[in-house]
Amino acid sequence: MKKVTVLVCYDVQVTDADGPRRLRRIARACKDHGVRVQYSVFECVLEPKDWVVLRARLLTELDDSCDSLRFYFLSEDVAKKTEHHGARVPLDVEGPLIV
Amino acid sequence: MTTALNTLFITLEGARLNKEGERVVVTLHDEKKAEVPLRHLRSVVCLARAWMTPELLESCVEAGIHVSFFGMTGRFLVRVEGLPGGNVLLRRAQFRVADDGARTLEIARAVVVGKLGNARQFLMHARRDAVEERKPVLEEAVRRLSGHLRALERAEDLEQVRGLEGIAARDYFEVFPSLLKGEARRFTFDGRNRRPPRDPLNALLSFGYALLAQECAGALAGVGLDPAVGFLHEDRPGRLSLALDLMEELRAPVVDRLVFSLVNRGQLKPEDFKTEAAGGVLLRDEARKAFLVAYQGAKQVEVQHVFLGQQTSWGLVPHLQALLLARVLRGELDGYPPFAVR
Repeated sequence: MKKVTVLVCYDVQVTDADGPRRLRRIARACKDHGVRVQYSVFECVLEPKDWVVLRARLLTELDDSCDSLRFYFLSEDVAKKTEHHGARVPLDVEGPLIV
Repeated sequence: MTTALNTLFITLEGARLNKEGERVVVTLHDEKKAEVPLRHLRSVVCLARAWMTPELLESCVEAGIHVSFFGMTGRFLVRVEGLPGGNVLLRRAQFRVADDGARTLEIARAVVVGKLGNARQFLMHARRDAVEERKPVLEEAVRRLSGHLRALERAEDLEQVRGLEGIAARDYFEVFPSLLKGEARRFTFDGRNRRPPRDPLNALLSFGYALLAQECAGALAGVGLDPAVGFLHEDRPGRLSLALDLMEELRAPVVDRLVFSLVNRGQLKPEDFKTEAAGGVLLRDEARKAFLVAYQGAKQVEVQHVFLGQQTSWGLVPHLQALLLARVLRGELDGYPPFAVR
């Protein structure tokens, strides 16, 4: 199956009592499936079946009265078409993983 | 179909690996070094003394991620995996074929044909780029390998196949010094030696083969075969004989080619190695990292699978070959088609 590449971005309102919990859970779901590229932005390269799981998990956590969530579906060669400047160079999960 | 999943290599001495959510988190002295989602991994290879929590190990085993540990010298130590997957009927078929002299001979022969064919192809490529005075040496080696390939077809028992393989290996390694170019001529190579490797090139070959053997073992286990019950290689406790069989055809095009491209391009130099008191030669940390980066890169390179008629990557070749072997053992395919480099 062809993998899908999705950029997940979110805004979670942390001022209400439940906000920090939602923020944490949304971040956790993204971390399990992808790579954090900025504080509320994740790149996820996934099997279609895993994408369905992540999407469902995110939508369950979201409070759609005050939060927002955006999915950008990217082309496969996104790595070649991306520039990164500054700190926090994200991990390339498809590249060599050597620590 | 198997997808190309990644391998996480741990080279930090004293690293701790634990599980957070569905991720592997690597820390060294309480500093977070990496965080990788489990679903991107096919295996975890620890090349330094690392520490892994039972929770993570459990998740790896359940997710079918193979975990292996190597000693500091690159010697394989241990491999952790869950209950054998796949089909008991397939494993029984594998054992029956392994006990059947005639069928074992056919598979062993195919494996060696694959090995010599790809070794020959590797030398032919090298000959094309070689300086004029080295061409005759390589030409001669190619000619000899062709002769051994013809003799293989006439081999009547396993001993003859193994004998030819041994002779061919010597002829092949003999021309290795002729493959060195420019500055890389400072490397010396006086035949293959191991346990421990006694020169830098042998150290690189041993390291590369050890990694490849683990991948082959993982690929075999993935289709439900027992990596320890081989055909060309005799059963021996602790030896992954079938993984070694599967690896034969990939040694030259994957490991040998990588080793020579690294030294000939000057990415690895004789200074990148150190000699132990006992005479064994080791890669220094930076060199080991450079090798791993190149090795992972080589797995992404596209290659044409002639038998299956499809484009694939080197990283998937062991998995495809394991599938083909399973079909042979089940009787769905009448002979094992080794992977042939064009």
